[in-house]
Amino acid sequence: MATESAVSLRDVKKSFDGGKEFVLKGINLEIPKGSLTAIIGFSGTGKSVMLKHLLGLFKPTSGTIEVLGTDISTLSPDELTKFRCHFGVLFQSAALFDDMTVIENVCFPLFEHRRDLPESQVLRIAEEKLQQVGLDSKHFNKLPSQISGGMQKRTGLARALALDPEILIYDEPTTGLDPILTEMVDNLILDTHKLRADTTSIMVSHDLAAAFRIADHIAMLDSGRVLLFGTPEDFFNTDIELVKKFVNKGMKHQ
Amino acid sequence: MAQNLFRLISAIGALSLRIVGGVITEAGKVALFFTESVRLIFAKPSRFPEVIRHMEFVGNQSVAIICLTGVFTGLALSFQLYLGFKLFNAVNMVGPTVALGITRELGPVLTGLIVAARAGGAMAARLGTMRVNEQIDALDVMGVNTKQYLISPRLVAAVICMPLLVAVFDFVAMMGSYFLCVKLVQLDEAVFWQKIADFIEVKHINEGLFKGMVFGVYFATVCTYRGFNTTGGAKGVGDATNQGVVQSMVGIIILDYFVTNLIRFYYNIMGIS
Repeated sequence: MATESAVSLRDVKKSFDGGKEFVLKGINLEIPKGSLTAIIGFSGTGKSVMLKHLLGLFKPTSGTIEVLGTDISTLSPDELTKFRCHFGVLFQSAALFDDMTVIENVCFPLFEHRRDLPESQVLRIAEEKLQQVGLDSKHFNKLPSQISGGMQKRTGLARALALDPEILIYDEPTTGLDPILTEMVDNLILDTHKLRADTTSIMVSHDLAAAFRIADHIAMLDSGRVLLFGTPEDFFNTDIELVKKFVNKGMKHQ
Repeated sequence: MAQNLFRLISAIGALSLRIVGGVITEAGKVALFFTESVRLIFAKPSRFPEVIRHMEFVGNQSVAIICLTGVFTGLALSFQLYLGFKLFNAVNMVGPTVALGITRELGPVLTGLIVAARAGGAMAARLGTMRVNEQIDALDVMGVNTKQYLISPRLVAAVICMPLLVAVFDFVAMMGSYFLCVKLVQLDEAVFWQKIADFIEVKHINEGLFKGMVFGVYFATVCTYRGFNTTGGAKGVGDATNQGVVQSMVGIIILDYFVTNLIRFYYNIMGIS
């Protein structure tokens, strides 16, 4: 039986200059439901552009993007806004609202989308999520500027988890972090994924070691196309020269 | 020679067209941004708490600076007019002249400039910082309509607060004028007030309040547009703030002329003298 896809991109092309040059040149990718998929590739290969297509921030020039069975490229802006509740995103910079405390940051999506819940319940859920990502309660009422980078990542992840999304996206979660913090974030992603078997996790990363260690599937992009999609073993056993080169160089750097 | 001249004229023509085209395109983008933000004022969910928060920032926090500027504007203008009118023995006209100048022109224009610099600059800087720190993207992917959450409440706050601040400026400036005319240069108090009552009508005050509202819409739109569309890092935020404040301040002065004419036109067609 074929595995059900959470995200399906079919011949997705994107040009920002009316078709003269394509950033995405026909992406075909099926991300299985409940999997942890890493998207890797050299800089400028279209990883971020592809991610923005998944989130509906960009519309493809041609091709279809199905997320949880819905073709998001046909949704109106208002429908897209509502549809994005299916996503939770952890940004590279955590992107916490700097005028809100840690707990207010996590409460924010709940206040926005679960207006039926009383405030006490919203607070309880937010506390649960923060504990789930291992943040001590003594930091709950601090501003993002008063906590460390690692704590900010934890808060960002708790906020991404607040609405129990079906798809969790990690946008270069360890870029610029020291090795200890990198390992902490990797473990956090892995633990979160294990805890939430139904959630599909997609991680865009330059950190090859982490991708090979924690991902079920890896997609490598090159020049706007998927060069290889498979398990970590497939990447070690491939004959594609560029993939071998990227993997060898990347692993040496780790 | 003639060919070179022709080339120069063509180059100047092409450059002018490019500049004019760029200005028109940008104005169109700002207009679309504004109409979308206005439409979203009435969309659900209600952003009333956000409106109140921004009103406190645009309105309450501007009162002190408006009072300070207003009182000294009233004092300085009155003193200059007193010195001028004394030359032809018309010092009793200082009060109404100051009142007309303040309520119809200086009140709304100076309030607009001060609030555009203070609150408008802060709006552009805040939104620009949110953009470069991915906070706006975070709102987007959280399923929050960013224009409705970030722009519409700021527009509403500016539209409500500006006429109120103009009223405060008018009042304080007239108190400054009263202090100078009656207490410092010893003009007759009763004559001072009577002359103001003779020449000032409610429509003059309303004219200033209306201008304040227009300036509020203008600077809030320009500054939020600049901040919301910031690109780049810290430099981008600086550029957005700079452009927002400069375009707001220059625009307010230009807009003042057209709004004044528009009001005259309205008075004419309504038969108001």
